[in-house]
Amino acid sequence: MSELRELYQEMVLDHNSRPRNFKKLEGATHQSEGYNPLCGDRITLYLKMRGDLIEDLGFQGTGCAISRASASMMTQSIKGKTIEQAEEIFGAFHKMVTRDVGEPYDSDDLGDLEVLSGVAEFPARVKCASLSWHTLNAALEGKAQKISTE
Amino acid sequence: MTAATPSATLDIARIRDDFPILATQVHGKPLIYLDNAATTQKPRAVIEAIQRYYTEENSNIHRGVHHLSEVATRKYESARGLVRQFIGAHTTREIIFTRGTTEGLNLVAASYGRANISKGDEIIVSAMEHHSNIVPWQMLCQEKGARLRVIPINDRGELLMDEFEKLLSPRTKLVSIVHISNSLGTINPVRRIIELAHAVGAVVLLDAAQSVAHTPIDVQSLDCDFLAFSGHKLFGPTGIGVLYGKQALLEAMPPYQGGGDMISSVTFEHTTYNHLPHKFEAGTPHIEGVIGLGAAIAYVQSVGLHAIAAHEQRLLQYGTTLLAELPKVRMIGTAREKAGILSFVVEGVHPHDVGTILDTEGIAIRAGHHCTMPVMDRFGLPATARASLSLYNTAADLDALVRGLHKVAEVLR
Repeated sequence: MSELRELYQEMVLDHNSRPRNFKKLEGATHQSEGYNPLCGDRITLYLKMRGDLIEDLGFQGTGCAISRASASMMTQSIKGKTIEQAEEIFGAFHKMVTRDVGEPYDSDDLGDLEVLSGVAEFPARVKCASLSWHTLNAALEGKAQKISTE
Repeated sequence: MTAATPSATLDIARIRDDFPILATQVHGKPLIYLDNAATTQKPRAVIEAIQRYYTEENSNIHRGVHHLSEVATRKYESARGLVRQFIGAHTTREIIFTRGTTEGLNLVAASYGRANISKGDEIIVSAMEHHSNIVPWQMLCQEKGARLRVIPINDRGELLMDEFEKLLSPRTKLVSIVHISNSLGTINPVRRIIELAHAVGAVVLLDAAQSVAHTPIDVQSLDCDFLAFSGHKLFGPTGIGVLYGKQALLEAMPPYQGGGDMISSVTFEHTTYNHLPHKFEAGTPHIEGVIGLGAAIAYVQSVGLHAIAAHEQRLLQYGTTLLAELPKVRMIGTAREKAGILSFVVEGVHPHDVGTILDTEGIAIRAGHHCTMPVMDRFGLPATARASLSLYNTAADLDALVRGLHKVAEVLR
C-alpha cells in the first residue's frame, strides 16, 4: 500500500480529478499531439509563445491518473518560463521518474512535480508521466506530426 | 460453448500443482494470474520436455544420420502428429509449424493471398479482429487493389450476421475471422460463417489463437480452409504456432520463405520445392518449441477440453455476477455465446490505473486496447481492463479480483 500511496499522492489525485489548464487555448501559437499506444492516452497541448517565453498553455485529452496529473502539473510548472528553463525542468523531472529505486535526485527545479517521484517505483508508468513532456518538446520543436512514446 | 459432459469436473488443486509459477509470489502476495488471453502459464510437463530435449536429445533434424538427430526428428514429427489429431486434420501434411498465429495469418496472406487475390476482389474480416488479422489483409489489399470489408458488431459485441450475408458476393475471395474475441470474449458462429462463405466460393481462415485452449476444435467438421493458432496461449512455449490448411490449397500455394528444408533439390538454374508440410518450413525450425507444444497438447488432452470448457464457463458466470454487483464496473463484451474473458471499465478510473493497483495485490490482468483498436473505437473507449481465465483459475481468484477492485476505489477515491 505504501508504494501505491507514493504513486497516487493526494496532489496527484487532485490534479487527476480537477486538471488545471484543461482547455483548448485561444490564440495558441504552437500545438502538438501526444499518444501512448500502450494504454491509449492521448493529449493535445497548446502553447502561446512570445519569443522564448511560454506565456500560457493548455491541454486536452484522455488518459490515466498519472498522465493526466502529470500534464496538469506540467502546465503549471512551466507557465511563464523560457524554453531553456522548461527544458531544464524536464531534464530534472525525467531523471527523477527514471532513476533507480532508492537513488537520490535533484529536486531544485521541480517544485510540486516532486509528488510524481513515486513513478520511479513503477517502470511501466514512466511513459504515462512523461507523455505530456514529450508532447511539449514536440510542440517547441515545431514538429507537426503526432508524437508517440512507443 | 461446446456442450460439456455432465460429469466434467476438474481436480483444480492437482492442476494448479502442475504449474510451478502459480506457487510463486508477486509483490509479496500469492500470484493470481488472470492474463491468460495474453499468454498462459506452462505446466511442468512442458518445462520438463524442453529441459529433456536440451539435456538429452538436442540435435538438428531431418537430415542427420546420427542417433540424436533421429531422436530429435522423431520427437519433432510426432508432435506434428499430436497437433493433427488435436485439431482433427486429415493428414500431418496439413500441419505447418509457424512462429505463432501472426505468422500463420501472414503466411496465408503472402502465399495464398498473392496468388489468388486480384484487383476488385474482396476480403472480409470482422470489427473484433486482432490487429494481426487486419494488417496483413490491408497490406495485401493495397498491393492488389482489392478491398477489405468489415462485418460490424452490436453493443453486446456480437457479429451482425445479416450484415455479413449482405457483404458476401462473388467478389468475396477470402473471409478471415476470429473464433473467440480476445478483447470481448465473444464466441463467433464460425460453422455458419464457413457455410455462408463457401456458398459464394470464398475460403475461410479461422484465427483460433483464443479458442484452441478453451474449446474442442475439429477442422474437418468445421470445414474451415485454414486455421492458425499459437503455442503459448495453449500452455506451450512462445515462438511456436501452427497453421492448418487443406492439403489441396497448400499444394497449390507458392512457398512463403525460401531456404533449407523447404527444397528437394537446388541448382543455380532451378529449385524443386519439398513436399508438404516442409515446403512451408524454411530453415532450422523451433525444435524445442515444437516439442514443448507437443507436450502442452498432451497435457491439455489428459485434462480434457470439454472439462476445461465447462470449468471456465462456471467461472465466467461467477465472475460476471460478481462484477455486476460493483456499481462502478461496466462489462465490455456481453455476447450470449461467450468464453472466459471479462473485459471491463471502472467508471472514473483509467484501466491502466486499475492494472497497476491490482498488480500490487499480486493480481495480473491486462489493461489496454488488447491489439484491437477498432473494438475500442466501436465502444468509444481508449482501453479496457481485462481478466481472462484458464483451466487453473478458481472462484477464489475472482474473489481476489473483486477485493482488488475495492482497493482501486479506495486508492483513487
